[in-house]
Amino acid sequence: MAFVNSSQQEVLSHVRSRFIVLSLTTALLLNLLPLQGVALLLRPDFVALVVLYWSINQPQRAGMSMAFTMGLLMDVGDASIFGQHALAYSVMAFVALLLHRRLRIFSLRKQVPQVGLLLLSAQLVMLLTGLLASANLPGWDFFLASVSGALLWPLLPALVKIPQRRKPDSDAL
Amino acid sequence: METAPQFFRHGPGPLARLVFFALLSLLLMAIDTRFKYLPEIRQTIAVVIYPLQRLAHLPTAIYDQVSGLFVSRNLIDEIAYLRQQHLADQGQLQRLLALEAENMQLRNLLEAGQRAESKTTMAEILYIPHDPFSRKAILDKGSQAGIQPGQVVVDDAGVVGQITRVYPWLSEVTLITDKDHSVPVQLVRSGLRSMVSGTGEDGTLELRYLAANADIQDGDLLVTSGIDGIYPPGLPVALVSKIESNAAYAFARITCTPAAGVNRNRQVLILSPLPPVPERPMDPVEAKPEDKKRGKVGIR
Repeated sequence: MAFVNSSQQEVLSHVRSRFIVLSLTTALLLNLLPLQGVALLLRPDFVALVVLYWSINQPQRAGMSMAFTMGLLMDVGDASIFGQHALAYSVMAFVALLLHRRLRIFSLRKQVPQVGLLLLSAQLVMLLTGLLASANLPGWDFFLASVSGALLWPLLPALVKIPQRRKPDSDAL
Repeated sequence: METAPQFFRHGPGPLARLVFFALLSLLLMAIDTRFKYLPEIRQTIAVVIYPLQRLAHLPTAIYDQVSGLFVSRNLIDEIAYLRQQHLADQGQLQRLLALEAENMQLRNLLEAGQRAESKTTMAEILYIPHDPFSRKAILDKGSQAGIQPGQVVVDDAGVVGQITRVYPWLSEVTLITDKDHSVPVQLVRSGLRSMVSGTGEDGTLELRYLAANADIQDGDLLVTSGIDGIYPPGLPVALVSKIESNAAYAFARITCTPAAGVNRNRQVLILSPLPPVPERPMDPVEAKPEDKKRGKVGIR
């Protein structure tokens, strides 16, 4: 829904929506990496980060429906309750859409704590829904993913823009 | 909500959309947890992300291949070790075969049902989801390889868990440490039967509702009792690691360490499902006269 906001935009930015899809796919791939132990604990939620990036920087085209869809994909990938990530990402995208103008005033580094809070909001929604489904309370290290995600934020624009600088390779993913 | 300029606004505002998506996901969650109705949607999405899951596993697979090229020196040691291991295992296997034959004869004499031999499928753990609310692992074999929900997963040391969801090429194992997972077990030393349940934490299991004076010691081995008809009997499950008996409570707090672990090795075995257990005897009220006959069949 968000991708086809207006047909005019669609024509102008056809390539860019491909980049959005590419970055989301890569993020999903990173989330599915077989990690263990501390690496798994510290691994930021790349999908949440990229969803946040696009909802702040392209709010007209990457909105809540994208967040919701990615959430469903993550639910299956993470073997969690169907809809848990979807709800968390939707709420996060909503807050990001509300604040995107304010956020963009700040420099990337100053955005870090705010992004951390946004990621934390998604994790809190996950926590609440998890608790509702009678799961156990996770340890404090559950929230480390938000911290590492926020710390990764200043690097994200550069990473997301890598494919945009080069000639897009039609074979990539 | 005057956040989006009129210019760009198409369709409902952000709050309306949030409400819509929130309701939708709450509905999905309710359906998924309470009614288990959504296998088709999950299956479809699983097929969509399957290439990504495979691709994410590629680095590990390549690493395995490449490191296989460089370990030729270790290989000699490893072959020597494996030979030794093989000999030792062979010796045990001989004894096992003899015991199995003897067991079969004795069972024949007793007219007891035969123990089923189980076939196994080798599978590899693709990744472990980062989900603090459940303990699961994703395996690389699915319904295309004949895997069904309910099959038991073991590794070389003991029980790992149980297949709970199957996709075409993947399956999800709920580990025995999951909070909602229990295994019927038996103490090897005393023959005491109980249930061991997961705690939701890595590496800890709990024996619940055992009397404070139960015959149990540190280091006792728990194996599957096999009375559930799902887990074949005799598979190691856990070792008792801590016993706290407090006079204030009726039950002792017994903590165990699982024998197997998904963090140790990536290869696991999926056991084929056991033959269905004999039918439950009818309720005594309905079938009084048949009671004796049925009772004989039910006891193993």
